Amino acid sequence: MMRASPARIALYVISALVLIYLILPVLIIAPISFSSARFLTFPPPSFSLRWYQQYFSNPAWMQATRVTLTVALLTVVIATPFGVAAAYAISQSKLRIMRLIHMALLLPLVVPIIITAVGIFFVYAKIGLVATMPGLVLANVMLGLPYVVISVLAGLQSFDPAQEMVARSLGMNRLRSFFAVTLPQIKSSVVAGGIFAFISAMDETIVALFISGGQYQPLTKRMFTALRDEIDPTIAAISTLMTAASFMLVLLASARQKRSG
Amino acid sequence: MTTSVPDPSQKHQRREHGLMLALVSPALLVILALIVLPVGWLAWQSIYHDGFTLENYRRVFTEDVYWRSFALTFEISLAVTVIALLLGYPVAYLANSVPKGWSILILSLVVLPFWTSVLVRAYAWLALLQRSGVINQFLRYLDVISEPLALVHNTFGTVVATVHILLPFMVLPLYAAMQKIPNDLMQAGASLGASPSLTFFRVFLPLSLPGVLAGCTMVFVLCLGFYITPELLGGGRTVMVSMLVSRNVELYNQFGAASAVAVVLLLGVLVIFFIVSRFISLDRVLGQK
Repeated sequence: MMRASPARIALYVISALVLIYLILPVLIIAPISFSSARFLTFPPPSFSLRWYQQYFSNPAWMQATRVTLTVALLTVVIATPFGVAAAYAISQSKLRIMRLIHMALLLPLVVPIIITAVGIFFVYAKIGLVATMPGLVLANVMLGLPYVVISVLAGLQSFDPAQEMVARSLGMNRLRSFFAVTLPQIKSSVVAGGIFAFISAMDETIVALFISGGQYQPLTKRMFTALRDEIDPTIAAISTLMTAASFMLVLLASARQKRSG
Repeated sequence: MTTSVPDPSQKHQRREHGLMLALVSPALLVILALIVLPVGWLAWQSIYHDGFTLENYRRVFTEDVYWRSFALTFEISLAVTVIALLLGYPVAYLANSVPKGWSILILSLVVLPFWTSVLVRAYAWLALLQRSGVINQFLRYLDVISEPLALVHNTFGTVVATVHILLPFMVLPLYAAMQKIPNDLMQAGASLGASPSLTFFRVFLPLSLPGVLAGCTMVFVLCLGFYITPELLGGGRTVMVSMLVSRNVELYNQFGAASAVAVVLLLGVLVIFFIVSRFISLDRVLGQK
């Protein structure tokens, strides 16, 4: 319509400013991480990899990285099949209780995370799971489940269950027909759900603050503690790597989703 | 199917139900053990300590520290919601009104920060806003200021970073609601002689209200329980409810009080969701992300 109206121009300007506000912080971290300066200066005085070196040569950061990657991988391995099975049952079953179960599975998105964190801490303290690997993984499985369920349910929505019935009427059992007919068609949403669960586990901070400790502290907990004390550019290096990892995973997830239409 | 079974279809259906329940049970078990039980535990702990007591709630509702923190959390959440709406609406509107390629670009920029850890973004804001930070250096370079501004370690820094983190939760439902508004309605308004601003305020804006409600609910509720930004950017003075909970646990070992605060916060969130669900489907609120 009227492209050059003042209102339209104002809309462009405001939107551009808001978008800059949104992406500026994401873009600012990489240059800081490659700067040689101890204190944050912008533009950076000279290019340097010293903060990356410091990250990779520090045993504490390396141990935390191992914990984060292990937790995230185990979370995906457990949360994905659990979430797929649940989403399948929710979409296929006519039981009335399924609606309630569906809502229960989305609870981690509804309950403020600080409440979940403190609650898990109290329960873990009773049964001795504080500062353990299984405790950390279980909590992240719970937090990752909604992403898998939402993604797979969306995938199943465009899937015609009659196809599976056909396979079964041709003599396949339930399990085989699921793996042969249903799963290939919802594969991309399963992968996307798994990737979201991975990112959720990799970024999770608040629950880890309460329940992790000793040698089983993930990166985010160490970063949080470090940020409370002083601003160390090593964190910029770690942040850059984490952001790069997240983005690659998201691109992977969306590429998959697009390929299958 | 064998003919000896009296009612094969009923038996078949029971097996089907059993299978479906078995399939959801692992996920359900994880949810029950790791969120329903812990929250239930909190609720129990808030009223039981060697006998039933309402002491924790009396403290939460009468002591100044708690009261101030609840008020501050409410104010910050309200401010964050209003700012996010004012910033998010134009962006969603633009994304809705430009050709597809552009709207994909705009929405990608909106969700880009989504996939950066909250912690990383808090760090970025510290780097941008602190006394020797990028923004202060820039403003001094331009000679706009002579002394660095106190942009962080206060409520201002908290709000700036929190809005940044929650803005995508506002833009996406707004955009989804605007997508549903048929374009001909606006054209009809224009063809009947209404000015663009009149059609906007009388036709478009009211029709986008479900999106406004969904976005505002999500942002407000998420903000009520926010922890990382006030803790890292609030400078210790911006004590939001979440910090009250964590301090009671970590510093003072006041588990009962922490639980009571958590229960009040959770009830607040549930009441908001309940009220909102009377007006719009909750899928609309939770469907994002």
